[in-house]
Amino acid sequence: MAKMATIYIDNKPYTVKEGDNLLHACLSLGFDIPYFCWHPAMHSVGACRQCAVKQFKDENDTLGRIVMSCMTPAVEGTRISIDDEEVRAFRKSIIEFLMTNHPHDCPVCDEGGECHLQDMTVMTGHSYRRFRFKKRTYRNQYLGPFVNHEMNRCIQCYRCVRFYRDYAGGRDFGAFASHHHVYFGRHKEGALENEFSGNLVEICPTGVFTDKTFKRHYTRKWDLQTAPSVCVHCGLGCNTIPGERYGLLRRIQNRYNGAVNGYFLCDRGRFGYEFVNAERRIRQPLMKRSSLPVPREEVMQHLSRLIYFGARVIGIGSPRASLEGNFALRSLVGEDHFYTGVSAMDARLLEKIIMVLAKGPARSSSLAEAGAADAVFVLGEDVTNSAPLLALSLRQSVRLKPMEIDKRLHIPEWDDSAVRNAAQQEKRPLFVATPYRTKLEEVSTQAYHAAPDDLARLGFAVAHELDNRSPAVKGLPKKLHTLAEGIARVLSQAEHPLIVSGTGCGSEAVLESAANVAWALCRKNRSADLCFAVPECNSLGLALMGEGSVSDAFKAVHDGAVDTAIILENDLYLRAETEDVNSFFDKVRNVIVIDHSVTGTASKADVVVPAAAFAEGDGTLVNNEGRAQRFYQVFVPDRDIEESWRWLRDIMAASGRPGLKHWTGLDDIVQAMSNSIKAFKNIAESNVPAGYRITGQHIPRQPHRYSGRTAMHANISVVEPKPPEDKDSPLSFSMEGFSGQPPAGLIPRFWAPGWNSVQALNKFQSEVGGPLTGGDPGQRLFEPVQESTVSYFDEVPGAFSPRENELLLVRVYHIFGSEELSAMSPCIAESAPGPYIGLKPEDAELFQVSEGRDVRISINDKEYSLPVKYLPELPSGVGVLPAGLRGLEGLELPAWGRINNQAKG
Amino acid sequence: MERPLTGSMRPDGLPLSIKDYEDKGGYQAARKAVTGMSPKEVQDLAKDANLRGRGGAGFNTGMKWSFVPMGDSAPRPKYFVVNADEMEPGTFKDRMLMEGNPHQLIEGTIIAAYAIEADISYIFLRGEYKICEKRLAAAIAEAYSRHYLGKKIFGSGYNLEMRLHTSAGRYICGEETALLNSLEGKRAIPRARPPFPQVSGLWGKPTVVNNVETLCNVPHIINNGAEWYKGLSRSQYGGTKIYGVSGRVKTPGLWELPMGTTIREIIWEHARGMREGYQFRSVIPGGASTEFLTEEHLDVQMDFDSMQKAGSRLGTGTMIVIDDHTCPVGAVHNLEQFFARESCGWCTPCREGLPWIANILHAIENGQGRPEDLEILAQHTDSLWLNKTFCALAPGAMEPLRSALQIFREDFIRHIKEGKCTYGKNGNNLH
Ligand SMILES: Cc1cc2nc3c(=O)[nH]c(=O)nc-3n(C[C@H](O)[C@H](O)[C@H](O)COP(=O)(O)O)c2cc1C
Ligand code: SF4
Ligand code: SF4
Ligand code: SF4
Ligand code: FES
Repeated sequence: MAKMATIYIDNKPYTVKEGDNLLHACLSLGFDIPYFCWHPAMHSVGACRQCAVKQFKDENDTLGRIVMSCMTPAVEGTRISIDDEEVRAFRKSIIEFLMTNHPHDCPVCDEGGECHLQDMTVMTGHSYRRFRFKKRTYRNQYLGPFVNHEMNRCIQCYRCVRFYRDYAGGRDFGAFASHHHVYFGRHKEGALENEFSGNLVEICPTGVFTDKTFKRHYTRKWDLQTAPSVCVHCGLGCNTIPGERYGLLRRIQNRYNGAVNGYFLCDRGRFGYEFVNAERRIRQPLMKRSSLPVPREEVMQHLSRLIYFGARVIGIGSPRASLEGNFALRSLVGEDHFYTGVSAMDARLLEKIIMVLAKGPARSSSLAEAGAADAVFVLGEDVTNSAPLLALSLRQSVRLKPMEIDKRLHIPEWDDSAVRNAAQQEKRPLFVATPYRTKLEEVSTQAYHAAPDDLARLGFAVAHELDNRSPAVKGLPKKLHTLAEGIARVLSQAEHPLIVSGTGCGSEAVLESAANVAWALCRKNRSADLCFAVPECNSLGLALMGEGSVSDAFKAVHDGAVDTAIILENDLYLRAETEDVNSFFDKVRNVIVIDHSVTGTASKADVVVPAAAFAEGDGTLVNNEGRAQRFYQVFVPDRDIEESWRWLRDIMAASGRPGLKHWTGLDDIVQAMSNSIKAFKNIAESNVPAGYRITGQHIPRQPHRYSGRTAMHANISVVEPKPPEDKDSPLSFSMEGFSGQPPAGLIPRFWAPGWNSVQALNKFQSEVGGPLTGGDPGQRLFEPVQESTVSYFDEVPGAFSPRENELLLVRVYHIFGSEELSAMSPCIAESAPGPYIGLKPEDAELFQVSEGRDVRISINDKEYSLPVKYLPELPSGVGVLPAGLRGLEGLELPAWGRINNQAKG
Repeated sequence: MERPLTGSMRPDGLPLSIKDYEDKGGYQAARKAVTGMSPKEVQDLAKDANLRGRGGAGFNTGMKWSFVPMGDSAPRPKYFVVNADEMEPGTFKDRMLMEGNPHQLIEGTIIAAYAIEADISYIFLRGEYKICEKRLAAAIAEAYSRHYLGKKIFGSGYNLEMRLHTSAGRYICGEETALLNSLEGKRAIPRARPPFPQVSGLWGKPTVVNNVETLCNVPHIINNGAEWYKGLSRSQYGGTKIYGVSGRVKTPGLWELPMGTTIREIIWEHARGMREGYQFRSVIPGGASTEFLTEEHLDVQMDFDSMQKAGSRLGTGTMIVIDDHTCPVGAVHNLEQFFARESCGWCTPCREGLPWIANILHAIENGQGRPEDLEILAQHTDSLWLNKTFCALAPGAMEPLRSALQIFREDFIRHIKEGKCTYGKNGNNLH
């Protein structure tokens, strides 16, 4: 428990956490104090001087003195005034200063209407301009496809550079020049290189950095229809707020969740949304025999014939579809005929992860907990590219706390510059062991590159050091043994050690060794957490639902027992080798695909049914932590588009198959899921039922200032249509409804009186920077088994031995390109690299190939031709191929490949 | 009159070699301190001598050293930094000290560094001081060659490295915490205090920053003791002070005089009074960031307390004299333009306020002033005052403006009323 203190604000007593800075304390109490440079995740630096309050020595002090609330600790008896006339005048003068050079171009500024500078200007009451001289002007830069730059609007709060460099570790952006010419940008024009650059859009309190994708189809905040949603572009499940108008998804913004993503998103998550608007969308039912879209009724009739009672139907689910969609499919085809639709390898890996998390003593950590770990061991995962926000969390985990630097300095944790100055390059331990060099190594204590089997051996060795009941590793080289000892020592000295691993290098042994390390720590009474990166937004949820990979489905078809296959939101060509998928399609008589976008699989289907993309429907996803999270429909799509589970329910009804389900809304299907699958028993616990009302009212998706409602459809009819009904949630597709704060999971946007920008979030938290009022949303589905007797994994792989003329090829991930959905969005596609093969220069020389040249390589008897890229830090005998990139889909790695260039040279 | 700091300098302006310096008793003090005194004794001696910092703020030097964590549990390495940035307008005393006798500074630094058990010392030198750079570099090499720097100096167990760093040239680099950031290769932006550099300074380690002149006093205190040192002064603060005069006086220059010499003596005895045809009007006593004083203050003693009582500051002790042909509006404009350009750009009032001030002063000087401008200027002197800005640069910039608005109020009003500068062309500049 934090120590509390009584402070006096304008002569009234309040209880606050002792030592917090006064700005934090006052905002948490609900006071309005204007600020710019302070940020709840990046804390105080005292630059803008906007947050001034007057501090008094004691009750007899009438003069007081002006202090910056963000730089002044709250101690017992602190007396301040926010309202004092002199300090109000000072705060007003700060805005006046900032405005001297501000362009006042709000009407054409993308920030207008949700601008912190506007809000703070109004808050301080500055309105008349006295500065009559020339304004300063800057030149803007091209910063790539994500972020727009308009420097004239800058108020020099230094937030951007503090985020980009200090928080996110970027190097290609900075503050330049001085006095009133300070400039924020890149050394020279060019795309921002940091994976988290999009956060500048929300961090910048003005319109300097705005969302470039949004700009192309711009809409004011007050005209956006929004709802709480969850990112679908990796397994972390960051919370988002998509915004729509006129049926077009306009942008994604961060939705704060104190336990998950906090204040930030990665660029894939923020800018990957445009696939929802893409040409590739399937908007109406399609049938192979007809070149035109087919009416819904006709399709239903056709489908009911295909799925008649007794037909042999299998269902292939998807890790990128909701639990509900998968469950509906599973209900339709029956448990025995349901396949999860992941590759055989992923199925094995995910099953292992679930076993480890559900049966073992180590807890799965949330992103927030990962950021608070005091020693981290990353085993086999390139988190920056496969689970980006986890990398951002781990970058914070390595920061020393003031107490660890030197207690005697008495530096408060929020005094950001002082903490950084005192800590300098010193960091908390972070060990990174991966096949290739990853970006996180910039902040690591030590890095180790090896083939997956050798990574596992390192993990097993560490575990054995910690607990000799965990198996020993035979023949471990001395150097590795020393490394293992070192890692074990550091981890066992930590209070909250964290082991990070994942499906990234495709090795069960790596996962097992990571589990052994965490378990060994737990058995030493350390509260060790495990954090596994998983490939897709519902990988874990789907794995909890069932077994059976794509290969198993293929086998079932091969064994000849299938008439019809229903494929749910899945492109099988990404899951298995092209030939195998083709032969599957050859063998199945009828292929039904339910999906939102045209894929290789959809083009093979006999019937294609248009599914809702994430923003067009409701559902639940389970993230890598095992946290079930609801996403809500943002807008009503074209008439035929529906959530997959609705299609499946209707198909079920039409086909007259047994077990007909009367699911009217999402709550019904969630209930059914919870009843029939043990893992989902408590899934509905934290859900707010669709019938929930606040003072009899819905929660409106449209803001109170939504404009043009009566005119939007006037070109079709002057009668204002009745807003569509929402059977799935307490949200309404209208601007009418409850105007206060909804329950945490149902917040459609952050907006509060006087706070029109994202900074309004302060008003939705129980304490600034803490959980949302009422608790952060989401339901953890499994907890560790405290007294777990699960035994250590005991199959230690042998050491990797390179082969002559062959390379072990492992996957390399790219934040832009390795994920299917975001790669359909133009700005992400533009940022993705082309396929290549990464080789150690020495190996390349051995094979007589060189950087940039194409090399022919055969993998599983298939030949690929790829340009060579040198990766000097690869282990010998190991090469990398980018996962998921065009041309390499469906390739299951790791695999051995034979280089065929040699003869020709 | 004793002139310990400058008395032994050569008349031709060339530096003393290490041999010259040692012949005149140089490095005796360092040897004595390092081999015969404890660090605590050195600290106490400086305290007893009542040596106060000559860099502008006038903090008690021995006291400053005493805040450094000492002994085996202290974080290492500890740093000692010489502030030789000297960019204060009208100030060139440190330059004279370094050019004329670089070894005196090195010796003072060795003793001061020893007093805090520093491991590494830096001289942070103004970039334009090319002659100082050459002479210091040579002197440091000489000191190393005699093992007065490096390992086991003077045969003791004490090790001290010394590095010369030349600044890239910003006024703010003289502010001690901005100096530390700059030395670390970061943007030259001040740091908030606490924590003070003595506990978390350069690279997060205990650090003391002292001015060149401050340090040049140290060897003499060690050699001659606190009582002798106090006896040099005409006020309660020990020692002599390098005073300087620029402006339209007969012989502008620098003089080492007893601390507490009056303004009148300095201007009329040492600078030999005003040039023919010019009348004394006012004086900025201690570099650009101090308040104007006038005729009535001429008998004020130039020491820390007396100057404060008179409503200004001793600052660097190097004064700029304003004569009756110089337009005070133009003079203040010149200064504020300097400060506006030298603002580091970190905090709002300074970054945005100073250019506004400079703009207004420019307008007034050029006949475009408006009656409300004086009110706006006055508000700035409040908004850019202590605690309201992040560091002391902006309040320093407000000192001359604040006093000018009172002392030269008539001039401002006349400029605005008549729509022109009333001093003619030559009134526009400080010389
Ligand atoms: C804007 C600004 C510029 C300064 N410039 C210098 C300088 O050039 N040289 C200097 O010695 N002190 C300068 N100071 C004062 C230093 O911050 C610091 O107080 C001084 O170096 C301490 O040394 P002392 O205790 O020996 O006086 C400056 C202060 C400010 C606020
Ligand atoms: S660009 Fe935005 S975030 Fe950066 S300093 Fe300017 S106003 Fe602040
Ligand atoms: S880290 Fe993953 S879940 Fe979070 S925003 Fe990025 S892609 Fe989405
Ligand atoms: S007052 Fe502010 S802007 Fe001016 S130099 Fe100091 S920190 Fe920089
Ligand atoms: S918010 Fe406190 S100084 Fe900027």
